[in-house]
Amino acid sequence: MKLKGWKEVTPGAVVTKAGSAEEFKTGSWRSFRPVWLEENCIQCMFCWIFCPDMAIEAKNGKRGVFKYDYCKGCGICALECPGKKGKKAIVMEEEGK
Amino acid sequence: MGKVVAVTGNEAVAEALRQVNPDVCAAYPITPQTDMMQRFGSFVNNGKVKTEIILTESEHSSMSACVGASAAGGRVITATSSQGLALMFEILFIASGTRLPIIMPVVNRALSAPLNIHGDHSDAMGARDAGWIQLWSENTQEAYDNTIQAFRIAEHPDIRLPAMVCLDGFIISHSIERIEYLDDNEVSNFVGEYKPVNPMLDIEHPVSYGPLILPDYYMEFRKAHDAVMSKVSKVVLDVAKDFEKISGRKYGLFETYRLEDADIGIVILNSAAGTTKDVIDEFREKGIKAGLLKPRLYRPFPYKEIGEALKHLKAVCVLDRADAFGASHGPLYIDIASSLYPYEKRPILINKIYGLGGRDYMPGHAELVLNELVEIAKTGKINVVKEYIGVRE
Amino acid sequence: MATTPLTLRELSKKEVLLTAGHRMCSGCGAPPVVKMVLLASEYPVVAANATGCLEVCTCISEYTAWKIPWIHSAFENAAATIAGVETMYRSLKKQGKIDKEIKFIAFGGDGGTYDIGFQSLSGAMERGHDMLYICYDNGAYMNTGIQRSSATPFGADTTTCPAGSVVPGKLQKRKDITKIMAAHGIPYAAQASPSHWQDLMKKVKKALEIKGPKFMNIIAPCNRGWRSATDDAILLSRLAVETCYFPLYEVENGATKITVTPREKKPLVDFLKPQGRFKHMFAPENEWMLKQAQEDVDKEWEKLQREAKASEVS
Repeated sequence: MKLKGWKEVTPGAVVTKAGSAEEFKTGSWRSFRPVWLEENCIQCMFCWIFCPDMAIEAKNGKRGVFKYDYCKGCGICALECPGKKGKKAIVMEEEGK
Repeated sequence: MGKVVAVTGNEAVAEALRQVNPDVCAAYPITPQTDMMQRFGSFVNNGKVKTEIILTESEHSSMSACVGASAAGGRVITATSSQGLALMFEILFIASGTRLPIIMPVVNRALSAPLNIHGDHSDAMGARDAGWIQLWSENTQEAYDNTIQAFRIAEHPDIRLPAMVCLDGFIISHSIERIEYLDDNEVSNFVGEYKPVNPMLDIEHPVSYGPLILPDYYMEFRKAHDAVMSKVSKVVLDVAKDFEKISGRKYGLFETYRLEDADIGIVILNSAAGTTKDVIDEFREKGIKAGLLKPRLYRPFPYKEIGEALKHLKAVCVLDRADAFGASHGPLYIDIASSLYPYEKRPILINKIYGLGGRDYMPGHAELVLNELVEIAKTGKINVVKEYIGVRE
Repeated sequence: MATTPLTLRELSKKEVLLTAGHRMCSGCGAPPVVKMVLLASEYPVVAANATGCLEVCTCISEYTAWKIPWIHSAFENAAATIAGVETMYRSLKKQGKIDKEIKFIAFGGDGGTYDIGFQSLSGAMERGHDMLYICYDNGAYMNTGIQRSSATPFGADTTTCPAGSVVPGKLQKRKDITKIMAAHGIPYAAQASPSHWQDLMKKVKKALEIKGPKFMNIIAPCNRGWRSATDDAILLSRLAVETCYFPLYEVENGATKITVTPREKKPLVDFLKPQGRFKHMFAPENEWMLKQAQEDVDKEWEKLQREAKASEVS
């Protein structure tokens, strides 16, 4: 990306595009990848509320897919996942394996 | 036209602030600013202004609240002196770097230690490079007029920088002078409606103020700030022209007094300029061509214009009411010297430090300096470039 | 105003006003706190942020993770800054230039709240601004690299008070900021934990309905500073509650109410053990530290229960 010159920067460094951080992808930070096993999911939505990276989609009150562009792979979702009958609905897998 | 009154500097500035009628004022008491904000507080509590006042627990919070209030999208004022300005130091840079047109009268007072509540310029000089506009005022009339003009300058769409209006503690803030007030509606028409830029309270267009800027962009923001500073002089002159129309009083970037044909001259800020002018008149009567230059817009400093105004003189003394410890000379001297450096033929310059901590500046001091300048102009020889005057050995 | 029920199903239909793409560390406890706070509000929110992790990581250069108006000024002045914003709001509302109902929230870490921002916070609370101050408490200056703050728990190893051979970590107790804020006589002060998200959001909701200054201290684990795993921020915040190290309570108009009483009070070591910053306390020669830490927690918990009881009676 071409860097702006001093005449182009916004006065006072004010950022006028709300939520522009979404253009910055943090998925490459990840070394472990959460994988959603829908069959074990009870839609408790704990993963959605606890995810520090807003990396879990929610639609119509239900959880959707992981947004791997942003997921940093912390594993909070997998740890907090109650799963179904002792089986987790989110498991962590090492990236590149 | 307005009315003639006999008022103190603090009273006159408070009146100007009432007439401007800002949206928010943050205030914390400090001598000698105190009664300016007391008066303003009384305007608020008696319904004379629409202003909401925040009586903070420190000047640091005053300036912080000003930053928040200004970013929220409205006209904002505070006022301070000395230690208060020093405590604000960190946030001064945030106000200017964020381009928030906050207006702050600074009632100039010495800095501790030793503790001293009286007038000198150490406080505002310490904050001279904080990216603010600084207007300096010789007397109560100028303090009043500068306060009103400061809003137009600071809020100008090309500028949008905060501004300090400096007046000497006690000497001006607490002495009664005869001045002329403008009518309320003249003032409110002159300053006009405040036009917010990126107001935080516009929740339909959420903005973020105060990002972390890394080495890839920091210099661009600094350069942009520098470029804005270079536009201030023109706006100051334009605003002065408009102000003259309603007041009949002329303002420039600086004032010259009998300087055009002068051989020797004094450069001096604020109230001591008045005393000096009287002594210059006496010297003129004796046939000595003496003159004076009194900067009004001190930041940004109008180097070119001041250099042009002084270059023809034989000898000039810059009187500083503040020292810059460890620097070559007092702060004003350094700026004057820089203004004259580009000229091959330029006056000989000397520097006197005077009036610290409220020490009186008497006509005798000006006489002493002018006599020395006469000698220098004649011989071309300097005894000492920088010295304290009015100090006991 | 229609209120969203505090169920995750319903809440997940709302827009999260802190976006992805922020640069907080993997597994940081602060973003879920901010997310919950913003989701709990039924009103438009304008926020101020003290310098710190949350601030630098959510607004860098042209990238802001905030979808609400937001301001960062300095480290120690988030309360004064939001006080300025709130005052301008009152001024413009009085003048008829604005008619919307807006809520004002300041976020600060423990350094910006307990320490350097303490005066600014105290002043803003005393002046009665209509604002909610939220401290996300991770118990040290994490942004500058895990230095001791007055929120750092007894015994903790930090970079400025390391567990050395002579001085075994921090030897002082945490400042009790929530009670200090309650002592300002403000209408609402509370402690919350992201593990108990419903309790947290209920408190935010309640706070935003109260006019005047409100304060919440919310525990926000930091896996870098606590030297714990990246996946245990919520688990540790839960253990902090269950061991009564960080009890969940509120002080409303002077009345103390414990909002979550652990079914079984767990031993403090359950909270300390998973954290590397307390590792040295488990050495045989430092047994006294564990004992003292437990005693402190017990004493504070008993005191809090007494206060809650007294409030019930009165």
